[in-house]
Amino acid sequence: MGWITTTWHRLGSPRWFYGMMAPWQTGFGIAALVLLAVGSVWGLVWAPADYQQGDSFRIIYIHVPTVIVAQSAYMTLGAAGLVLLVWRMKMADVAMVAIVPFGMAMTALGLFTGAVWGRPTWGTWWEWTDARLVSTLILLFLYFGLHALRQAIPAAESAARACAVLAIAGLVNIPIIKYSVEWWTTLHQGSTFSMRRINMPAVMYLPLLVNVIGMYCLFGYVMIARMRTEILRRERDTSWVVELVRRPDVR
Amino acid sequence: MNPTRKRRLYLVLALALGSALVIGLVLLGLGKNVNMFYLPGQITSGEAPHDRNIRAGGMVLEGSWQRRQLLSTFVLTDRQAAQFTVQYEGILPDLFREGQGVIVEGRLGDDGVFVAREVLAKHDENYMPPELAGMERPQ
Repeated sequence: MGWITTTWHRLGSPRWFYGMMAPWQTGFGIAALVLLAVGSVWGLVWAPADYQQGDSFRIIYIHVPTVIVAQSAYMTLGAAGLVLLVWRMKMADVAMVAIVPFGMAMTALGLFTGAVWGRPTWGTWWEWTDARLVSTLILLFLYFGLHALRQAIPAAESAARACAVLAIAGLVNIPIIKYSVEWWTTLHQGSTFSMRRINMPAVMYLPLLVNVIGMYCLFGYVMIARMRTEILRRERDTSWVVELVRRPDVR
Repeated sequence: MNPTRKRRLYLVLALALGSALVIGLVLLGLGKNVNMFYLPGQITSGEAPHDRNIRAGGMVLEGSWQRRQLLSTFVLTDRQAAQFTVQYEGILPDLFREGQGVIVEGRLGDDGVFVAREVLAKHDENYMPPELAGMERPQ
């Protein structure tokens, strides 16, 4: 293990990332807090009810941002996996470690809110025969798998590469989730938003847009915060971290 | 890009393409089995099996819904030529109404009547406030 850690120290510049990203973390954190508060109150209180679903449609203001970001997080994971395998950049692995629990939580929240919405709207919590629902469940299992795989392999470098391979192989699920409602007949409705048309008036989609952007800011915040924490954990024996802990006011 | 990285990049691309190919072939093999329900045209043409539990989906034809206590009869249509009758005894979902898309699960009888055990309302992708509902839908 020792030589791996030493080699890693010579690669990349986690110290630079740690210092450089501190203001970004604060910025994303504040933006997420403000946007999610505004978007959620706007959507859950002020936006009009739907002509058919009534108030139960409002869960869209949580459901759609979480599942969008869950998929974006997975795509980021795939990109980090590519960088890790090709360029062997250790910061790419730090990014993967940072993303997995967040993506897992967002996918779980998306599935939960979808089920809660499906019960009054469709008349069922869950349908095993629906391609959109099952492909999203597979996304959750991919996140579980990535987390478990890292725990299962003791050597840090091998674990990182194995996770990168799994992340890239799992990327194929993302277009399947997106196009499932077009390729097959499903209980889940088609996309409300597309390049050609938006089947929702502005009074309804503006708060949704605010929450989607807010959720991306939350993703940015969580990713940077977790990456910086992971850097400190991995670099805990280096002089700059020891110095930082001794004098926390100096960044 | 140096040769080592180029080689690794090709390996990673091969991995992604291989994964896509495998999943693509599996989905192609599963084919129509991934579909959740039969369309009205497949019910009337005899493509849907009669002897087992299946799902069918369509729009509830306006003016076709008849109720006697919990026993409902309605016609599902694809808004073109095909339509078939459904019988269902039980509580319908809140969103069930004429003109709405629904999915029924049950057995198709030899007389062409679908006896449903379960009815699910299929929501479409259109959302609007109640005061706009009378107006024409945006295209």
